Amino acid sequence: MKKLPTTLALGFRRGNLEIRQFMRQRESVVFTLLFPLILLAIFGSVFKDTIAPGVTFSQYFVAGMIASGLVNSGFQQLAIVIPMERDFGSLKRLRGTPMPVSSYFIGKAILVLVGMLIQVILLLAGGVIFFGLNMPTSATKWFTFTWLILLGTACSTALGIAFSVVPKSGRGASAVVSPVVIILQFFSGVFFIFTQLPTWMQQVASIFPLKWLCQGMRSVFLPDSFANSEVAHSWETGKTFIILIVWLIVGVFFSIRTFKWERS
Amino acid sequence: MSVIEVRGLRKSYASNNALDGVDLSITQGEIFALLGPNGAGKTTCVEILEGFRKRDSGEVSVLGMDPNIAGQGAREFRNRIGIVLQSTSDAGDLTVNETIRHFSGYYSNPRDPDEVVIAVGLNEKKDALIRSLSGGQRRRLDVGLGIIGSPELLFLDEPTTGFDPEARRAFWGLIRELQNSGSTIVLTTHYLDEAEALADRVAVINRGKIVETSTPANLGGRATSLATVSWEENGTMREELSAEPTAVVARLSQNFIGEIPKLSVLRPTLEDIYIKMIGEQTGEKE
Repeated sequence: MKKLPTTLALGFRRGNLEIRQFMRQRESVVFTLLFPLILLAIFGSVFKDTIAPGVTFSQYFVAGMIASGLVNSGFQQLAIVIPMERDFGSLKRLRGTPMPVSSYFIGKAILVLVGMLIQVILLLAGGVIFFGLNMPTSATKWFTFTWLILLGTACSTALGIAFSVVPKSGRGASAVVSPVVIILQFFSGVFFIFTQLPTWMQQVASIFPLKWLCQGMRSVFLPDSFANSEVAHSWETGKTFIILIVWLIVGVFFSIRTFKWERS
Repeated sequence: MSVIEVRGLRKSYASNNALDGVDLSITQGEIFALLGPNGAGKTTCVEILEGFRKRDSGEVSVLGMDPNIAGQGAREFRNRIGIVLQSTSDAGDLTVNETIRHFSGYYSNPRDPDEVVIAVGLNEKKDALIRSLSGGQRRRLDVGLGIIGSPELLFLDEPTTGFDPEARRAFWGLIRELQNSGSTIVLTTHYLDEAEALADRVAVINRGKIVETSTPANLGGRATSLATVSWEENGTMREELSAEPTAVVARLSQNFIGEIPKLSVLRPTLEDIYIKMIGEQTGEKE
């Protein structure tokens, strides 16, 4: 008998299908991909201050928006969509086939990554054209940017899949997940300058990955002189990497252990 | 050759015994229908055979494998079976063709997607988005997805719910073709006429136990049960239960000159027998 396709090959097949399905839901494509750009337009126009020598609030905000894009297109989207798929019976159908669950996860990660890349391009283009965003010039910064996007995507995907067991139904998922994300965004310094937040908020945010993704993105898009204005007076790049890896492991562990194929 | 062997299967949820010692034996190439009221244990039984649920105790062998396996073994098991569940209710943003093709990639030895689309009668709809399909067409797509992997064993769960009579007939034709191509089919249905039309054997399950396993014609002593002869006499309907309805009709034909008015001879339908079996079991509460 011929062999079954590999998990990775099926993962790519799933990813291809997920993207095709996503692109056909026009409203959600426009909303998901353009929303960060709209937010950038609003915040960039309201807050025109310079927050440090050579650093405008818009620049600070773009870094935060890219970081929260990772949370939105990964964690938030998946923790809402997967309970819906569960309610629809789509997951149970998949479970009855020889496609392994890891392929399903890989497919989701590919969808998140592609959505993220489109968002990044839109945000960077918008930032450069309208708000004088400076693109990183050094290879080191581009390298940091690349691993932040990849690791951030993986981490956000895994945590979104893990969190998908929390909402009891697809209809209620958005009400459960969205507040978590919005609060995390406020605490992690997406909408405000992190160091101006109350200390307890900073401490809570430091447990979760979004704060570290924001800080990492600032290390890419803001001048190195700004590192001194961070809480630790440094970009803490190594620490960011380790914390994201830990969250990725936690996410993958719970995704595999607790994933639910059907509504109980 | 036996495709499914079940001995002493038990499963309970909380305090409730869903399956209380079920034995089943299903041979290769047969269409086997599992009948029973809601909550009788039908779904639990089938889902254990499909590998969706774990059993508490008992022996289960499906295609020579234990369906309760994980990892690579589970993939190999599911590569050999097809499961047609209730329709999904997703947005249906893919076309028939895309969906069938996509699923075909999951299996080691899939059928030709174009052939499957034709077999389930969706060739004219192959480029239509799933959301534009009617209920019956969606159901045929479900079957298409169930058979795309060339399964040796196909599970069909309430396949024709919501079909019009014509679509049901067409669907039965499709299932018989599958049987002719060598597949074994396990069917659960609420329609007794469907079980009668399709199944080689039926099992009635109630309160977690198999009440009887037989052919549709012999279930519940149906073949030997009394027939009802009814006719009109002096303006009123008369009825007689008899083991020898031919004799009754012969007698009547002597009493009447020419045709016996409104004559009918009825054997109990599968539904009559089934209702009686279930009624006896539940103590005829109604």
